[in-house]
Amino acid sequence: MMQTLRYVVFRDVLLAIRRRADVATTLFFFVIVASLFPLGVGPDPKLLRTMAPGILWVAALLASMLSLGRLFAEDYADGSLEQLVLVPEPLALVVIGKVVAHWLVSGLPLVLISPVIALQFDLPRDAIVTLLLALLLGTPLLSLIGAIGAALTVGVRGGGVLISLLVLPLYVPVLIFGAGAVDASAMGMDASGHLSILGALLLLGLGLAPWATAAALRISLE
Amino acid sequence: MLEVSGLGCLRGERRLFVGVSFSLRPGGLIWIQGGNGSGKTTLLRTLCGLTLAMAGEVRWGGTSIQLLGEAYRRELTYIGHANGLKEDLSAQENLLVAAHLVGQPVSRAEVAGALQGSGLAGREHLAVKFLSQGQRRRAALARLRLTPPRTLWLLDEPFNALDTHAVAGMRKIMENHLSQGGMIALTTHQDVAIHAADVQTLRLDA
Repeated sequence: MMQTLRYVVFRDVLLAIRRRADVATTLFFFVIVASLFPLGVGPDPKLLRTMAPGILWVAALLASMLSLGRLFAEDYADGSLEQLVLVPEPLALVVIGKVVAHWLVSGLPLVLISPVIALQFDLPRDAIVTLLLALLLGTPLLSLIGAIGAALTVGVRGGGVLISLLVLPLYVPVLIFGAGAVDASAMGMDASGHLSILGALLLLGLGLAPWATAAALRISLE
Repeated sequence: MLEVSGLGCLRGERRLFVGVSFSLRPGGLIWIQGGNGSGKTTLLRTLCGLTLAMAGEVRWGGTSIQLLGEAYRRELTYIGHANGLKEDLSAQENLLVAAHLVGQPVSRAEVAGALQGSGLAGREHLAVKFLSQGQRRRAALARLRLTPPRTLWLLDEPFNALDTHAVAGMRKIMENHLSQGGMIALTTHQDVAIHAADVQTLRLDA
């Protein structure tokens, strides 16, 4: 069981390493979107500090969605998705492996680079730490929710747009509590309430999303 | 033993096949024949459990494959029309990952041996995107050379894109598998004489 999980993660991370351009695209998108705002709205530190949590979270959200299309589409096209479904373990386990790999490749780099981006917005140190924690809890959740959308649109033409429509509404709670945590912390308040809710959402997502994704994959492969 | 009774399948509004029944005993081979679009691939996918049957049942050892789930998937190797290889990985990596995923913990040496047996010696470390169609097919079929083999092989057009030499090699592998009590269900348009004690043919567009 652990071996299956390990090899799914290994396979997808190895594929990502072979195609570094795809990984870099997500990261650059995040950096560029988040950096355009200070240039666009002008260098007023107070305004930037107010806008920072929302901008950083929206940028992370869009960047995470950018890579969702590839989660199952390529495996579907070359026939390896069929082989993954036939793995003699619960399909949800394979899905967890793919989501973990997706997060390692597209979520974790964002989390790691976010403190540097946050400096552009003149966020206080406490808020940067909160941002790091919130993204650490929130980005895996984005990958989990996104996987459901990606599985539902496997083999659908123009699936990319459809994924956004399916997934964005579900991203809203993550956005609200993620940005809320950073907001609270920037104003000198306690962010642990927001972070706890994000943590609870992550646990809920871990418990439900892989099964929903597995069911969606089975339907898409019929 | 694989038993299929009264299997029927629809594709959209069209009836692909109905009332397909057969049973496959250890050492048995079933050759599924039919024209293009007669439902051969759908039948094989139904036998794997990838597609749900509209009517009828597939049983393995007397139990429905839907109930068996993982226990059934542990008994079979399915090689579909698509090769299921990742273009950016080498044949060696593809085979190694595929084997571990289905719970066949093979060593690198075994994988290299299987690829050599498939005529891919010297190409093991080349990314699959640089291989020809025939070489990709050989790499996909190399899974059948790993030991211990799964009991039931479901092969969709296994000889596609293969040259005569590779076809002969595959035929030997299949005959060997059957003689050791394995079972094979395959579709092919090529006339390949596989010698086994128990060979059935099933025509779908009758």
